Amino acid sequence: MAETPLSLGEKTFIIHGVDLNLRNDGRSRYQYRPIEIESKLMKHTHGSARLRIGNITDVLVGVKLEIDTPFAERPDEGKLEFFVDCSANATPAFEGKGGDDLATEISNVLSMAYQTPDAFDLKQLCIIPHQKCWKMYVDILILQCGGNLFDAVGAAVKAALYNTEIPRVITATLDGGEPDIQVSDDPYDCIKLDVTNYPVVLTVCKIGDNFVIDPTSEEESCSTASILMSVMPNGKVTSVVKLGYGSLLPNTLIKMLQVGKDISFKLNEALMKGLEEENKLGKTKPIFGFLR
Amino acid sequence: MEPDQENDQGGLRVDGRRALELRQIRMRMGVFGQADGSAYIEHGNTKVLAAVYGPRQSRSSASRNSTKAMINCQYSMAVFSFTSGERKRRPRGDWKSQERSAQLRHAMEAIIHLELYPRSQIDVFVEVLQVDGSDYCASVNAATLALIDAGIPIKNYAIGCSITLVNKPSVEDEDKTLATGVLDANFVEECSPGVTLSVVALAGTNNDIEMDGNGLIVVAHGAGQRLHLSRLETLKQRVLQGCQDIKNILDRGVRHHLIANLLPSFLHNSLD
Repeated sequence: MAETPLSLGEKTFIIHGVDLNLRNDGRSRYQYRPIEIESKLMKHTHGSARLRIGNITDVLVGVKLEIDTPFAERPDEGKLEFFVDCSANATPAFEGKGGDDLATEISNVLSMAYQTPDAFDLKQLCIIPHQKCWKMYVDILILQCGGNLFDAVGAAVKAALYNTEIPRVITATLDGGEPDIQVSDDPYDCIKLDVTNYPVVLTVCKIGDNFVIDPTSEEESCSTASILMSVMPNGKVTSVVKLGYGSLLPNTLIKMLQVGKDISFKLNEALMKGLEEENKLGKTKPIFGFLR
Repeated sequence: MEPDQENDQGGLRVDGRRALELRQIRMRMGVFGQADGSAYIEHGNTKVLAAVYGPRQSRSSASRNSTKAMINCQYSMAVFSFTSGERKRRPRGDWKSQERSAQLRHAMEAIIHLELYPRSQIDVFVEVLQVDGSDYCASVNAATLALIDAGIPIKNYAIGCSITLVNKPSVEDEDKTLATGVLDANFVEECSPGVTLSVVALAGTNNDIEMDGNGLIVVAHGAGQRLHLSRLETLKQRVLQGCQDIKNILDRGVRHHLIANLLPSFLHNSLD
């Protein structure tokens, strides 16, 4: 990721601030910046969401569905694929293939987070076992990064999946060995995914001897190690990744996981509340997109 | 699309527009805080984001000693950008995006005062979020707006506008076809048999009817079938009129943006 270059003095200032539980933007250690979500803003995708953290980090997610053949070893399961594109709009460093490393890192974290059948059951994407299934592409476009990219992506993916509408298959039969699939003509006749168990991604950043949630890019460059965890709403952790060059004692690691788990409840609760409120507006919801 | 659909609808196009009617253009400047300049534009359902970084020190050693600024453009399409069901495999790096990047660079080089920034580089990045025809033209307009937002001195607006000559199969329609070049084609019209010309022009400053001296075509790019040379002149006249219209819309938008975000210090200076 594009590191923000900071002098030693600036770093010391931030670290001392975190020690006093007062960060540069006035937040305490376990406080998020305001999160803004707009979903269903792209009519041409099956599901979409745009999420912004603190007016800086900006992520756009689009979900598209295609009919595909299932894997031979898992004939009754569909496919779920995450693709991350770091747009050069975010920073010139992402130009060309510059953003590919970060993109692969983020998509790996997401596929690990959604891998367990407890979180996302791929069987619901199956149409005819051995023959046809839905392939769900979750495409993430990173438009601007100002720290805490992973949390933003994780929450935006959950928001996009919340309003994803899978067209209803009305007939799926085998006609002489050939699959025959008919999808409903009515664009409103569709199936929604059950997102209750979908994980949120949370980064716990270790700055000095303290842990910080939702770091800005300045704070990220002060931290030597951070833990990236995806937590399901019931508190189960589906994946843990350590980022950064620093090392952690086992005790610290457990403490960080505990902090992350507690915060993830609140994050998930706030996210679901916001999404349900937006969903209640129904079709009357105005689309702002990038015009606001 | 049925080619004779236009006649059935009383001379209207598939989306109900007249031949020289543009789609609704909505724009916003200063979308992103981190970029030096950014803009967002919608031509109907075609949606484009553009960001400008620079002028800054060039990374490549070749341009270190050049007397002009180097323009670096990247045209990229989001993988979910297609309106018609399917998904794009790669956001950039394919043949089409590379060609578009080069054409965008030509358009930008034509308007920026390059000689003011020796040994430096200006990056223009365009991200197409939704494609519904005329996406290259929309991206030129977005890039121009982003340059204005970045405060980079430009000579004139580079305005992209597309014109499509819809082919009619019947012979008696031949003389009518001459006149039927439609402006700002959407995806359906672009895919129908016929020629699409994407033109980037520097539109004149005042609203002149006589276009010959004012409309300077910078980039013209054709796609589709062959075009008879005799038709080119009428198409050119029409597309320059379209560019003029778009320019008026963008100019109004820019002025509105600048007045709305006026710095108090600027107001103070202009009163003196």
